[in-house]
Amino acid sequence: METTVHLAERVARYPRRAARASWLIRFLRRNPVVLAAAGALAVITAAGILAPHLAPHDPAAQDYSALLTSPGQRHLFGTDHLGRDLLSRMLFGIRVSLVAGLASVLIAAAVGLTVGAVAGFWMGWWDTATMRVVDALQAFPILVLATALNAVLGPGLGNTIMAVGVVYAPSFARLTRGQVLSLRHREFVEAARALGMAEGRVLVRHVLPNILGPLIVFASVSMATAIQIEASLSFLGLGVQPPTPSLGAMLREGYPYLESASWWPLLTGTLLAGLILCLNFFADGLRDLLDPRLQGRR
Amino acid sequence: MTAYILGRLSAMPITLLLVTLTVFLLIFVGGDPAVVLGGDEADRATLQRIRAEFGLDRPVPVQYADWLLRVVRGDLGRSMRTNQQVSVEIGRRMVPTLQLGVLAVAISLAIAVPAGVISAVRRNTIPDYACRLLATLGISLPNFWLGILLVLGLAVLLPWLPAGGYIDPFTAPLEGLKTLLLPAVTLGMGMAGVLTRMIRSSMLDVLGEDYVRTARSKGLVESVVVLRHAMRNALIPVVTVLGLQVRTIIGGTIVIETLFALPGVGRMLVDGFFARDFPLVQGVILVIALSVVLANLVVDVAYAYLDPRIRYA
Repeated sequence: METTVHLAERVARYPRRAARASWLIRFLRRNPVVLAAAGALAVITAAGILAPHLAPHDPAAQDYSALLTSPGQRHLFGTDHLGRDLLSRMLFGIRVSLVAGLASVLIAAAVGLTVGAVAGFWMGWWDTATMRVVDALQAFPILVLATALNAVLGPGLGNTIMAVGVVYAPSFARLTRGQVLSLRHREFVEAARALGMAEGRVLVRHVLPNILGPLIVFASVSMATAIQIEASLSFLGLGVQPPTPSLGAMLREGYPYLESASWWPLLTGTLLAGLILCLNFFADGLRDLLDPRLQGRR
Repeated sequence: MTAYILGRLSAMPITLLLVTLTVFLLIFVGGDPAVVLGGDEADRATLQRIRAEFGLDRPVPVQYADWLLRVVRGDLGRSMRTNQQVSVEIGRRMVPTLQLGVLAVAISLAIAVPAGVISAVRRNTIPDYACRLLATLGISLPNFWLGILLVLGLAVLLPWLPAGGYIDPFTAPLEGLKTLLLPAVTLGMGMAGVLTRMIRSSMLDVLGEDYVRTARSKGLVESVVVLRHAMRNALIPVVTVLGLQVRTIIGGTIVIETLFALPGVGRMLVDGFFARDFPLVQGVILVIALSVVLANLVVDVAYAYLDPRIRYA
């Protein structure tokens, strides 16, 4: 019996999956900007992951015979004030940005999802208390709170990730709560309850899978801003510390050389801005793709 | 209207209390503040002295109550570095920040209102695509990156504007405005992007309304329909977005003031962190958070005033 059901499910799913795949291809064809952003993002991510193999030089190696060398054959993107190869530093800098963005959003999503789901599903004092705290935390500008937390926790990538994660958790909590609230009395949830399913199981099996779309979109937008905040904190000197190559810290070091070695801040900034821009375009595309209200229009 | 304002105010005390608690507890997040102040090598006697000097040897709830009572009286303590009253220092440094913020908002409105209206009226044409692309760029590009590009273009390559520094526009209007222009454009572009999108979508909604069709059927000139009938109503939701942007603008000043060497509150906060000047940091963050809460209140009330449907809902 179970095998029959299993097979029936697979048969039922098959055309849906195939339709989804062709629909995705059609969507990407119709949205060349999203396709280009996704492609560029894939290239940048691959470059970051393969940084140890792609980097032509050691990112921390100083060469005093080649200080502030302009881009050329030996150093494709030139060198900085300590003679370090900028291309190699930028490749490793991508890693820092991506790790910081991904890890902080995962922390924020884990905390926010748990708090928001419990608050929205069970309501009561937990909901009142957590939403008051969320209100209070949202009174602080994100960058102010992230700067404050990073400053008191101390510099370093781990603390920056923690600071950005904590700062974004309230937004995830609020979004999750709102989504859960809108679903908790829908027919399919009531049906699961009527079948005798435990409340916790109803939440995990029936409610949470249905709110993943908006959460994934928000996570992708948040990742772009989280990378920007990490770069801002490093730019202020509070985040990732030298000699670890971080794009924000490289911009901070390169800014005073804007006149004499403009390629340094320009190339670093272009990569950082490009990464954030691609993530934003990608997130926009993801929203169009996953927003059920927009699906009927295609 | 009074009932609406009272209802809105009744929710504030708890939020304000939690805001003060968050600000106060911030200095404890990194561990014992005495160790942070004295450094890792400080011996027991030094730590004891620091704790006694700053009252850190008392229970945390007592410290909070004491701090809160002083804050309510307007006493934010003295800066550990300069020994000046924190409130006086904030007042002094608030001037460049406010000037920067006001100019940034003015610039963003000057860009966003025409861009949003044109984008909606000429929907799906080249001007619309151009405005939407610029809006996306404004929202997506990191503001310090835009600032660096502007400095390179307008201060280094074409030396028209200063790359940094500050002159009070009230003492030397032209020179003062020149020092504020690049930072204000940098800060305002992100907001201009958000507002352009908002105005475009709001205008598109309004242009489909019956009263706009009525205005057109009366034979009114299109410019009168767009400017007098559609735009005035389309700009109402923009008030809310403007209020939400206060938070972003204040956050942005931290980086922008550092980038352009502006002696405002944002830079004071960063300097305070580096100097481990806790009373100063707590004071600045508290003032910032209270400004955001106040701005949200003003926006909600203004919105209810502009759109009667809100207060009767």
